[in-house]
Amino acid sequence: MDNPILDIRDLHVWYRTYGGYAKVLDGVNLFVHKGEKVGLVGEAGCGKTTTMRSVLRILPESQVHTPRGQILYHGQDILQMNQRELHHVRTGGVSMIFQEPAAALNPVFTVGTQITDVIKYSGLSKQEKQKDNIKNLAMQAISEVYIADPERIMNSYPNQLSGGMKQRICIAMAIVTARELLIADEPGTALDVTIQDQVHKLLRGLVEKKGMSLIMITHSLGVAREMTDRIYVMYAGNIVEVAKSGDLFRKPRHPYTLGLLESVPKLTGGGMAEGIYGQIPDYLRPPGGCRFHPRCPRAIARCQEEKPNLADLGDGHQVACFQV
Amino acid sequence: MNLRAYILKRLFLSIFVLIGLSIVIFIIARVVPGDPARMALGPRAPQYAVDQLRQEMNLDQPLPTQYYYWVKGVLVGDLGKSLTTKRAVADDVKEFLPATLELAFIAAIFVVIFSIILGTLAAKYRNKWVDTVIRVMAYTGVAVPAFVLAVLFLLLFGYIWPVIPVLGRLSPEIMPPPTITGLITVDSLITGDLSAFWDALKHLILPALALAMGPLFQEARIVRSAMTDNMSKDYLAAAVGYGIPSSVIMRKYLLKPSLIPAVSVMGLDIASLMGNAFLVEVIFNWPGISRYGMEAMLRKDLNAISAVIIVFGVIFVLVNIIVDLIVAYLDPRIRLGGKV
Repeated sequence: MDNPILDIRDLHVWYRTYGGYAKVLDGVNLFVHKGEKVGLVGEAGCGKTTTMRSVLRILPESQVHTPRGQILYHGQDILQMNQRELHHVRTGGVSMIFQEPAAALNPVFTVGTQITDVIKYSGLSKQEKQKDNIKNLAMQAISEVYIADPERIMNSYPNQLSGGMKQRICIAMAIVTARELLIADEPGTALDVTIQDQVHKLLRGLVEKKGMSLIMITHSLGVAREMTDRIYVMYAGNIVEVAKSGDLFRKPRHPYTLGLLESVPKLTGGGMAEGIYGQIPDYLRPPGGCRFHPRCPRAIARCQEEKPNLADLGDGHQVACFQV
Repeated sequence: MNLRAYILKRLFLSIFVLIGLSIVIFIIARVVPGDPARMALGPRAPQYAVDQLRQEMNLDQPLPTQYYYWVKGVLVGDLGKSLTTKRAVADDVKEFLPATLELAFIAAIFVVIFSIILGTLAAKYRNKWVDTVIRVMAYTGVAVPAFVLAVLFLLLFGYIWPVIPVLGRLSPEIMPPPTITGLITVDSLITGDLSAFWDALKHLILPALALAMGPLFQEARIVRSAMTDNMSKDYLAAAVGYGIPSSVIMRKYLLKPSLIPAVSVMGLDIASLMGNAFLVEVIFNWPGISRYGMEAMLRKDLNAISAVIIVFGVIFVLVNIIVDLIVAYLDPRIRLGGKV
């Protein structure tokens, strides 16, 4: 296979807090190939968003410390890039859609202003950045996310639009100029279930049409299965299992993945799902060894001492656990 | 709601505010101890003269009747006679108001410009030395009263380093322009007298700065905190992520939403500038209405007190309507209502 577009290696990201460093990411490994759709699954607070915001370097820099790791974009480390190179990645490489569309749009500027500014400061040539062309591109992007009457929408403020419309606008802003990789951070979570489904379908259609790669962050295994080719399961800042989407559901190996699957309510009865006992650890004092061991039903003494690495099970299936 | 209907509604409602204000100030001025007629005539005047003046001023009538007479006069532009200047209060207001208006206007410009600049700088370099310097300046500026600053300015620029005029509205050697609006800067511009304009402007700088210092730093702090708050918003992370340059983000996507809370407070502070100006006016020998009002209060000059307070009330109301319009312009959520 050819080289990945994005290759995150052993990424550690810590937050500075009054109590010391919150060691959130503890060696994340993740890659995406061209045209591939990848899911990143895990419960709230496990570091999914932190990982992805690191890719665009939009975490608050004064509060973040990156002691180790690389984020290679076509082989070049984003963490080491200067502003010019970074601008290049942001305007032509990677774009991101946020979980809360109401918060991701500036409330005091029209949709048109915000979307045309994205084009205006992109890497397009001067000729392409003529006023008429910018407007055309913006209108085109708005039509592409199936919004009727783009002209009127351009003159609207975000609070005049519904949640689903806002999320479509965010998607339009993310694809208005060509990008290789789209990161969608739980794009449906803040929306109604019916709208959520529409947004997911729209997203998948656009990514496939434009030949983009997709990283889909979600806490829903169902969404991940539907949308992606490969799934990364994340727990407390570690990738614990990677597999092709089908394989992960057919033969999950990591105890955490098993727990996640069991906690999905089933239509065939059995009542309320069990869920996983306990909660995400305190990142100021994370447990040693495998971070999942305090909650793991199969933990052994070794799990407290040593951190398991991802071990290959063949066909791209990898698990970080001593017990498999 | 369209703009005209909104303004008309606000103006209509403010009539009630002003009526309420006039009643309150009318009563307060009259119930505080001291006989205005006696104070006006001095301790050695005979009792019958005092009684006669009381009768002339309707002070022997019950309060509601007095108020009735007063309102009747106000409605035809007669604010009564001042006991101190022995002139019609309306003439006094006409003479003293422009000086304070001019002073407060320049001070307001200082407040707006410097609070935005300093607040933005402090937010941009937050927790760096620039921020620390501005913070110390702000605490000092807010804590030190305007009249202390006024005295310091006087000492510094009047005595130690006399580069700028410190007293009055014009230098004695400059011919004052003919009174058209009463605002010397405007009048001199209308008549094309640039040297008078320049001189008047120089005279305005120090008193306006002394007056503006407190609100200016107060607002700079508000701008800073609104900006740092908004920095952690998703829409800013998104804008950065889309590759919008940081300079554009600072002055456009961050500044506009951050100005909304600051402008509301600025409005209140700017509207209060005129009333707060009296010590600055005293120190800089500024013939303004604030000083006139304070002297009227000390002498229980009833008509002058009421007139000054009502004038301040009208200005306060107008400034606040303007500020609300500016906020509505900045914030479409207020302007358009709609779903939030």
